[in-house]
Amino acid sequence: MSLYAGIFKRDLHIAFKQKAELVQPLMFLLMVVTLFPLGVSPAPETLQRIGPGVIWIAAILSSLLAMERLFRDDFQDGALEQYMLSGMALPAVSAVKVAVHWLVSFVPLLILSPLLAMFLNLTYDMYIALMLTLLLGSPLLSLVGAIAVGLTVGLQKGGVLLALLLIPVFIPLLIFATSAVDSAALQLPYQSQLAIIAAMLLLAAALAPFAIAYSLKVSQN
Amino acid sequence: MWKWLHPYAKTERAYQLCLTLQPWFWAGALLCLSIGTVWGLAFAPQDYQQGDSFRIIYIHVPSAILSMGTYVAMAIAALVGMVWQWRTAYMSMIAMAPIGAVMTFIALFTGAAWGKPMWGAWWVWDARLTSELILLFLYMGVIALYGAFEDKQQAGKAAGVMALVGVVNIPIIHYSVEWWNTLHQGATISKFDNPSIAPEMLWPLLINLLGFALFIGAVTTVRLRNEIVLRELHRPWVQALAQQHIEGKR
Amino acid sequence: MQFESFSDFINMGGYAFYVWLSFGVTFLSMGIIAVQSYLKQSSLLKAVIVEQERKARIKKARQENTHAQ
Repeated sequence: MSLYAGIFKRDLHIAFKQKAELVQPLMFLLMVVTLFPLGVSPAPETLQRIGPGVIWIAAILSSLLAMERLFRDDFQDGALEQYMLSGMALPAVSAVKVAVHWLVSFVPLLILSPLLAMFLNLTYDMYIALMLTLLLGSPLLSLVGAIAVGLTVGLQKGGVLLALLLIPVFIPLLIFATSAVDSAALQLPYQSQLAIIAAMLLLAAALAPFAIAYSLKVSQN
Repeated sequence: MWKWLHPYAKTERAYQLCLTLQPWFWAGALLCLSIGTVWGLAFAPQDYQQGDSFRIIYIHVPSAILSMGTYVAMAIAALVGMVWQWRTAYMSMIAMAPIGAVMTFIALFTGAAWGKPMWGAWWVWDARLTSELILLFLYMGVIALYGAFEDKQQAGKAAGVMALVGVVNIPIIHYSVEWWNTLHQGATISKFDNPSIAPEMLWPLLINLLGFALFIGAVTTVRLRNEIVLRELHRPWVQALAQQHIEGKR
Repeated sequence: MQFESFSDFINMGGYAFYVWLSFGVTFLSMGIIAVQSYLKQSSLLKAVIVEQERKARIKKARQENTHAQ
């Protein structure tokens, strides 16, 4: 157990050393959200209508940018190979790494979300729904994303390919999340959407670590 | 004409200059900010329409003016670095960037806090607010770009180009209230016309403006010293300095 | 003094929340950046000393090596 705690601490430590790498996806998110009022319309009603979708799409895009660092540094310095050759259970190692990645990449997003909601004129009820969908959906982004990152880890030009692989997979999450926030805007209940997202999350939490381990074995031979 | 500046191309002289200026900047900043803030909060008259909430002006206007001023200073430093190849110019540029970003943030935040009671919204996408937000993004971009390079000489050049490209935003912010139909009010202080603001309200504003400027100067001297030490780690004078610092602590 | 009493001053004509939020966040951010700059200074100078001591140790080790040989 302490081995996995060790990996957790190591990844957290490395992440905090690379502050720039953590801040830049957030800045990207902020700037992309800013583009919509400027490019579409600054009218408050329009922003409120498109707001939930804009924030979720921007979150997905910025997480795609940041996702590569999940295995890249370990791949480059050989630690990944070490993890795979040691006796440790690779699914558990993957789960730990994804947990650190989520904490470091998405928790700041959750903290930034009130600012984004203010920029796009979301009401308080919509903001609560948005927070809940982000809370349930962002671990899903990390878990499922890690599967694709595991497959593309050694590739030179992985970046856009990763996006091509993952965007179709994230579409259901996007649909349910924005549906929840739109229902909140109309003062309708949205527990069913949240329940479906939670179900996807539980499924991913149970199966993704094994899928990630398998994809690492595939890409690392 | 500028020969007196030439010695400051050397890091050691620049460091000494910072040491000399630092206490004056801190003293001046503390003095001006205390006087300006207390005067503005407690002694300046209420605004006829906005009541006491208008007192936010004593932070909002100075920080907004200086957010632009610091960016221009950064751009000038970048230009000096590029044309005359002075390392200290690039170091000054990156020393100023974070405090400029903080000033921009303060301007945006106090503007939002003022806007909510007065105009009913924390944020609107009008020209001035948007261009000030873009200024914040530009600051963050310069800082991020500088940090991305291992070789700080290269970093300075890259960030310098970025800073110069972004300087076009400054006149846009300034003239945004004239060129577009915006919610934001017009200029409070104008160099050439009589200000439209009463003298009892103008003085604390000007004092705070000076106070904020001196604060920016003080923090910049500290950060410039840091940048010089970081870049000149292996020089004997830096090592002597570090020894002194440790002995001073013991 | 524009205010009748201290509690009037704190109340800021009903705008207490906005005025004190503005002034508070402003001086807090200024404080943070000032403190951070000084902390960085301290840690940089300490790093110089650590590097110096490390070099001295390496030099000493080399000298002992050559003496031993």
